[in-house]
Amino acid sequence: MTTTSPPVAVPPPVDALSSRPVRRRRRSWIGWGFVGPFMAVFALVFLAPIAYSIYLSLFRTQMVGGTQFVGFDNYARAFGDPQFWSGVSRVGLFLLVQVPIMLGIALLVALAIDSGRLYGKNFFRISIFLPYAVPAVVATLMWGFMYGTRFGLVGNINDALGTSIPNPLSPDWVLLAIGNIVTWEFVGYNMLIFYSALRVIPTSLYEAAELDGASQWQVVRAIKIPAIRGSLVIATIFSIIGSFQLFNEPSILQSLAPNAITTYFTPNLYAYSLSFSGQQYNYSATVAIIMGVLTMIVAYVVQLRGMRKEA
Amino acid sequence: MTATTPTNTSAAAARPAARKPVRLRSRAPHSVSSPRRSTLLTVLSGIVLLYALVPLFWLFVNATKTQSSLFSSFGLWFSGDFALFDNIARTLAYDDGIFGRWFANTVLYVVLGAGGATFLAVLGGYALAKFDFPGKRGVFATVIGAVAVPGTALAVPTFLMFSQMGLTNTPWAVIIPSLISPFGLYLMWVFAAEAIPTELLEAARVDGSSEFRTFFQVSLPLLAPGIVTVLLFTMVATWNNYFLPLIMLKDPSWYPLTLGLNAWNAQAATAGGEAIFDLVITGSLLTILPLIVAFLFLQRYWQSGLAAGSVKE
Amino acid sequence: MSIRTTRALRAIAAAGVVALGLAACSSGGGGNDAGGDASSADDVAAALEEGGTLTVWAWEPTLTDVVSEFEAEYPNVDVELVNAGTGNDQYTALQNAIAAGKGVPDVAQVEYYALPQFALSDAVADLSAYGAADLDGTFTPGPWNAVQQGEGIYGLPMDSGPMALFYNEEVFTEHGVEVPTTWDGFVEAARALHEADPDVYITNDTGDAGFTTSLIWQAGGQPFQVEGTDVTVDLADEGSTQFAQTWQTLIDEDLLAPVSSWSDEWYQGLGNGTIATLAIGAWMPANLESGVPDGAGKWRVAPLPQWEDGASASAENGGSALSVPAASQNQALAYGFLEYANAGDGVQTRIDGGAFPATTAELESDEFQGYESEYFGGQKINEVLAQSAADVVEGWSYLPFQVYANSIFNDTVGQAYVSSTTLAEGLQAWQDASVTYGTDQGFTVNQ
Repeated sequence: MTTTSPPVAVPPPVDALSSRPVRRRRRSWIGWGFVGPFMAVFALVFLAPIAYSIYLSLFRTQMVGGTQFVGFDNYARAFGDPQFWSGVSRVGLFLLVQVPIMLGIALLVALAIDSGRLYGKNFFRISIFLPYAVPAVVATLMWGFMYGTRFGLVGNINDALGTSIPNPLSPDWVLLAIGNIVTWEFVGYNMLIFYSALRVIPTSLYEAAELDGASQWQVVRAIKIPAIRGSLVIATIFSIIGSFQLFNEPSILQSLAPNAITTYFTPNLYAYSLSFSGQQYNYSATVAIIMGVLTMIVAYVVQLRGMRKEA
Repeated sequence: MTATTPTNTSAAAARPAARKPVRLRSRAPHSVSSPRRSTLLTVLSGIVLLYALVPLFWLFVNATKTQSSLFSSFGLWFSGDFALFDNIARTLAYDDGIFGRWFANTVLYVVLGAGGATFLAVLGGYALAKFDFPGKRGVFATVIGAVAVPGTALAVPTFLMFSQMGLTNTPWAVIIPSLISPFGLYLMWVFAAEAIPTELLEAARVDGSSEFRTFFQVSLPLLAPGIVTVLLFTMVATWNNYFLPLIMLKDPSWYPLTLGLNAWNAQAATAGGEAIFDLVITGSLLTILPLIVAFLFLQRYWQSGLAAGSVKE
Repeated sequence: MSIRTTRALRAIAAAGVVALGLAACSSGGGGNDAGGDASSADDVAAALEEGGTLTVWAWEPTLTDVVSEFEAEYPNVDVELVNAGTGNDQYTALQNAIAAGKGVPDVAQVEYYALPQFALSDAVADLSAYGAADLDGTFTPGPWNAVQQGEGIYGLPMDSGPMALFYNEEVFTEHGVEVPTTWDGFVEAARALHEADPDVYITNDTGDAGFTTSLIWQAGGQPFQVEGTDVTVDLADEGSTQFAQTWQTLIDEDLLAPVSSWSDEWYQGLGNGTIATLAIGAWMPANLESGVPDGAGKWRVAPLPQWEDGASASAENGGSALSVPAASQNQALAYGFLEYANAGDGVQTRIDGGAFPATTAELESDEFQGYESEYFGGQKINEVLAQSAADVVEGWSYLPFQVYANSIFNDTVGQAYVSSTTLAEGLQAWQDASVTYGTDQGFTVNQ
């Protein structure tokens, strides 16, 4: 999961700052002077490789036979590739389960901390955020150690309490196990986004609600959640994109669960294996481009729905 | 309470709130009378807290164990020997102190990468917030669109490109890609729109100040909390960077800590290699400490930065 | 944003980065061109005299000492030893570097199963040009065969991994079970041990391509046959079927510890007796000594269980050669290093460091065979291991895309360990996937 979250295209209503007409901004090129450096590096590290990737996806290189132009053959192959689609449906499932759970917990904790009814809320805020500071490699290694059913923590618990927690790294449970790691890593981060949004709700609203005789729950439902809708949409989109791009955690766990985590476990992992185990760079580029387009479509749809509800 | 009230009040709230200068609001109680502290809520939130902290506790506890007691003792409590300092010493000394080198590398990547990313994001966000220029819509759409493309699509082409330029296996191969932070760009855009009153800019322009001078003298100080926020988040991203360095770097003396730890972990899986799980665990602990410290110390700033950034919706 | 602007921006960016790149430090290695297009042993000697810089990509730990001694012997040569990753990571890095045409090392460690892939694509140099053919007879048959492809010699064997049965004697004695000498006996022993103590397994297995292919090798199977670009994949031949049938019994009766090799749980299991044996290559002692200190004194070595009573067949499991990538500018000098490390003084240095050699001279020497290992309770382990090296079955080959095939082993055969798929079905799936890949890559593949 990437930690650079792509923001939702909810354009900040720059006009909302004032009710004055647009004439105060000059439509000139000076803006490029400021955004230029960013765009220059961006072109180098994103646009150029994407263009090259698209180029690669139109060819085919063989160990025996060299490189040929094959047009959209690779794309046709991808659409009929059961391994690719199993990966896509897996991240789709992951997304439908993990994202709501993680965001739900994050929202609840943010509301709890914001409600002022917790003892030691600062401690909560910092501590729950800490896992975000842990690199995915370390988090996965840690959880990998803990998931061990013979000598790891799961095994210890089984021995101590006589339970028989199933092996988290078995094919039936491994997706859940990965979902757990991802949730652990990002629940604090999302919690903080929500909490920060909650903090800027003006107290006048609460005072008005109090006067109206509203209960805490009504306040939550009618004031707080609508007020942070923007953050909810952002966090959702970020999480969706992260889910589609799931790679780090399965990749690191693969050596511990080689039969549960196949080389096509997620589309990103599939593209990686194609490139680095099979030298099939062209097909790998194709898979990645298709995933990118799919992700963009889903993110855009979510953003549209999120924005429409606002209006 | 009518159903239409929330939308009206939130929209109304947005405008007046935007007018106020960005500072941490002192927390007045939600209701006129202060709310009851709830033990139940604390306990429930405590479960989430435990969830967040248990693995970190596990990490700390196991960093104090020797390799053999790692395997034979209960995961969540200390074993007989307290070998933490011993482990730390061995982690730092192993393989001619390469851990220290990895640490220095990571600091280098973070300072240049996160620093550079923040700089670019500040400039870019400022432009998006305060200027109207041709292609503005396109800029933002392109940035988001590109980020939706999986990293694996970019990895090999970037590698091939960089090796043509002779950049692979050098620190630049890690630093340059980390200079782009779309989240930072967005955050600065939102923050700049909110924190810098256009009147101020107009005044400066009327005074004859160039745009760049205005930026440095007038706008930059106002952007401080946002800058710190972006800096912190890009620091986390570059500190934890793993995938692209994995492909770009072949020389262990340029590895960041994440790659180094992974290499140590993989070392156990080689014929004749030495299993050093205890060093991997201790090393992991040492790796996460600086970030945690940074966050603890700078929390004032990023709180307000995120807060202001969330105003606009 | 107009197309022109984008292009302009990109051009500026590229130019800027190139400027940065020129100023940036570049990776080491690739020094003087010693001897240019040298093609004889004299040129090698001359190259060593003249000196230069060599970049060596290897993960073998004993090479550190070899490098220092080599540099002491040939003071004009500077060797940079880099651990660019183990196994697959190394091959990926190597292939990436070759594709980019930059940063290719002068010497690379390549395991025997991966070498055909590099040899076929001419990614590694044919060393017969430097006199490698003279070394015929220096190495044991398994490794020597593995470095040859067609008429050429594409690497010098560094270590070897003739298989043996490493077992925890304490566990066998405790439960009164005899150490098996045949695979059928192995299954019996597995049942006996697991019945006596349900925590104890005779060995672990979660699906390992190297192990499976080695056992099929031992059974006389030849599932992979290669002639140039003509490839045959038959994982249902006699040897493969024999393996599948016997091993399926172990899976069905849950007699294999579900622990992945090289994980921390595996090391623990070896130490506390819950994994009783390892059928693995002769390089294992060094790993046991450093990774399983709790097992000191408890382990012994026996010949690999046989498929037929009274036979003495063995197979290689793992082991690597050192090769010279074709893109290297210092091939003669690199060959000099290879010769030193794998056929010269370097061999003894590595043996002292715990490596298991591939040279017959050392393997047959009294000193080597007389070595009494403290970890193994004073047993002369090298006698057993050297004998195994001599017993390696001939005629085995790997696929010219074995690296890929092994990478999908767990996707296919591995499923037999976690679902109701049988090994035979898994092997068939592996065969199908390999055939598809081979055809895709332009080979003529038969089944």
